[in-house]
Amino acid sequence: MPEPAKDKTYRVHLMVCAGTGCVSNHSFEIKAALEKEIKKQGLDNEVLVVTTGCNGFCERGPLLVVQPGNVFYQQLTVKDIPFLVEEHFLKGRPVRRLMYTPPKEKMPIPVLSDIDFFKKQVLIALRNRGLVDPEKIDEYIARDGYKAMGKALTEMTPETIIKEISISGLRGRGGAGFPTGLKWQIVRSAVSPNGGGKYLICNGDEGDPGAFMDRSILEADPHSVIEGMAIGAKAVGAAEGFVYVRNEYPLAIKRMNIALEQARDYGLLGKDILGTGFDFDIKIVRGAGAFVCGEETALIASVEGRLGEPRPRPPYPAQSGLWGKPTCINNVETWANVPIIIDRGSKWYAAIGTPTSKGTKVFSLVGKINNTGLVEVPMGITLREIIYDIGGGIPGGKGFKAVQTGGPSGGCIPKEQLDLPIDYESLTQAGSMMGSGGMVVMDEDTCMVDVARYFLSFTQDESCGKCTPCREGTKAMLNILTRITEGKGTWEDLALLEDMAHAVKDSALCGLGKTAPNPVLTTLRYFRGEYETHIRDKKCPAHVCRQLNVYTVDEERCLSAGKGCDVCRRNCASEAVLGAKNQAHRIDQSKCIKCGVCYDVCNFGAVNVD
Amino acid sequence: MPKLTLEDLAKIREKTRRLTTIREGGEFRAKVCVHMGTCGIAAGARNIMNALIKEIEEREIGDVLLTNSGCAGLCSREPMATVEVAGQPPVKYVDLTEKKIKEIFEKHVLGGQIVPEYALGIGSEKTDY
Repeated sequence: MPEPAKDKTYRVHLMVCAGTGCVSNHSFEIKAALEKEIKKQGLDNEVLVVTTGCNGFCERGPLLVVQPGNVFYQQLTVKDIPFLVEEHFLKGRPVRRLMYTPPKEKMPIPVLSDIDFFKKQVLIALRNRGLVDPEKIDEYIARDGYKAMGKALTEMTPETIIKEISISGLRGRGGAGFPTGLKWQIVRSAVSPNGGGKYLICNGDEGDPGAFMDRSILEADPHSVIEGMAIGAKAVGAAEGFVYVRNEYPLAIKRMNIALEQARDYGLLGKDILGTGFDFDIKIVRGAGAFVCGEETALIASVEGRLGEPRPRPPYPAQSGLWGKPTCINNVETWANVPIIIDRGSKWYAAIGTPTSKGTKVFSLVGKINNTGLVEVPMGITLREIIYDIGGGIPGGKGFKAVQTGGPSGGCIPKEQLDLPIDYESLTQAGSMMGSGGMVVMDEDTCMVDVARYFLSFTQDESCGKCTPCREGTKAMLNILTRITEGKGTWEDLALLEDMAHAVKDSALCGLGKTAPNPVLTTLRYFRGEYETHIRDKKCPAHVCRQLNVYTVDEERCLSAGKGCDVCRRNCASEAVLGAKNQAHRIDQSKCIKCGVCYDVCNFGAVNVD
Repeated sequence: MPKLTLEDLAKIREKTRRLTTIREGGEFRAKVCVHMGTCGIAAGARNIMNALIKEIEEREIGDVLLTNSGCAGLCSREPMATVEVAGQPPVKYVDLTEKKIKEIFEKHVLGGQIVPEYALGIGSEKTDY
């Protein structure tokens, strides 16, 4: 279909989700199929297909929202499209079988805003979610885009901009929660050596496993980040900015590049923006995917072309950052919040959230949860509301065990704390952290010692090696954890693990090392019993640590229920199962390698694990 | 491309907003529903729909919602359309032609005056929007 003429009116807009999640679920093929079918039905004059950024309900992709009406279609396949186009768009009969039906319910919910996943969300950073094509600057402008920048450049002084951001209570969304207004004030007041300029950086180095907030914002609404940075540039007095984004986010880089080009074409970046005499431009710097580069001093080193290693602070980047100049570095989500605060006013923003944490936070909700996806919620909402109301609870009727917030350097929060309101202080008090917004839900089948081991293996692997506590400490802790999961742990190990966790936390050079022990410390705090069972009884209560499992056959059940079906023996690679068809089977423990295949293949529940 | 001024920005905002307003689910001045059952399509409902789109386009209107629905049950009087001006009861029009719908659009949708000679009656079947 050729690019439609600009002023063309369509009676239906089909908003196809083209976030990375849906794209990997073939949403571009869905788009092509829609366009083909619409043409075939002669509707190309009436129905417009639009690609949008991430809708958030990634679990159900590929997604399509029909406007007007906000009708939500999900899990589409190319072969559904001809029927859908004929029924709904030609004949006006929405197709129920392609709508979302919540687990345990029978009736589909046609309208997006009636679905629980969307109901409790408050969209500020994601305000344009599903409503604009990220590759069309005009659609961003239609939703008040660049209005705040216009206001900041023509009606406001750097001081009044900083004051607005300070009063709004906005805090850094990258994890540490430093007040944004204060940071801008420090950069503004800092004197650049040799009279040189100041810089702005957008930190898009999102490294937490399971986290995709920054990627989704860059993909869905790149102009909101550009506009936020331009406003920040005026406030701190910078003429040049950098967006640091991982090379493994190709779609985010592509859309950011398109957005930058369009903004320059319109004169919204570059020299003499909007005829106000203000100059500002942005470059993209692609990161190679080192976790430590999310740390601001390591990121700055990487932008400068040096090895991505952190350095001691102070001086903070706000005083001496990129090439030794005062540098204002904020996270993607922080920048995306800036335009709407300037547009609607700090008081509006400050009315949302808790006394210490204002506004909203975007979380990527993943793990053992029914509704995997990207959610934006007001600060102060409880973990229970996010997990059960928005997330739809735990799949398969399993019980909730813990939720890990803040990525690999966050902590695991147990069931008893489900009513914890989410803000910077509460999460820190619980031993975890806000982090950039990863939220991994774990069910009763999770072994908390194994979880600590997993996250530590990640941080140990990503440790840059510059400081000893992190380089050696994480390795030593990982060794202990591995020993415990293999049933070789001792009580001395447990004491040493705890000591070492505190030591690394207190002495590491940067945020990576300082927070790496968090999963260990919180699991020790809330799930100490599981460590003790591993050490004392050499057992893993969740049966995750396979080396501690003992597999046995209930011989009576094997014969009575399964009639000695022999499936376990045939599947055992180490020939540890003894017996033959129509006989009771049994396992030779000396040969068993604890792979668990017999347990998995037995259809009669005759293999036990202990 | 020449650099934008604040006024240019406002112009782009207004124009694009008009073209994308149906995504927002806000208030609309009026809703026009063309009945698109097989009977309606056979009787020329597509032409009625296209005529309406053309009207909206040419007059640069952003707050009139165009929808379709299935057969209204009175197949002999197709093409049919229901006009619902905000705050007023819906009116069903029958035996439409492009000329008639243009007149209805101008008088009823924009002007708020029912066109009695083309109307069947007041009231509407349920639609999905």
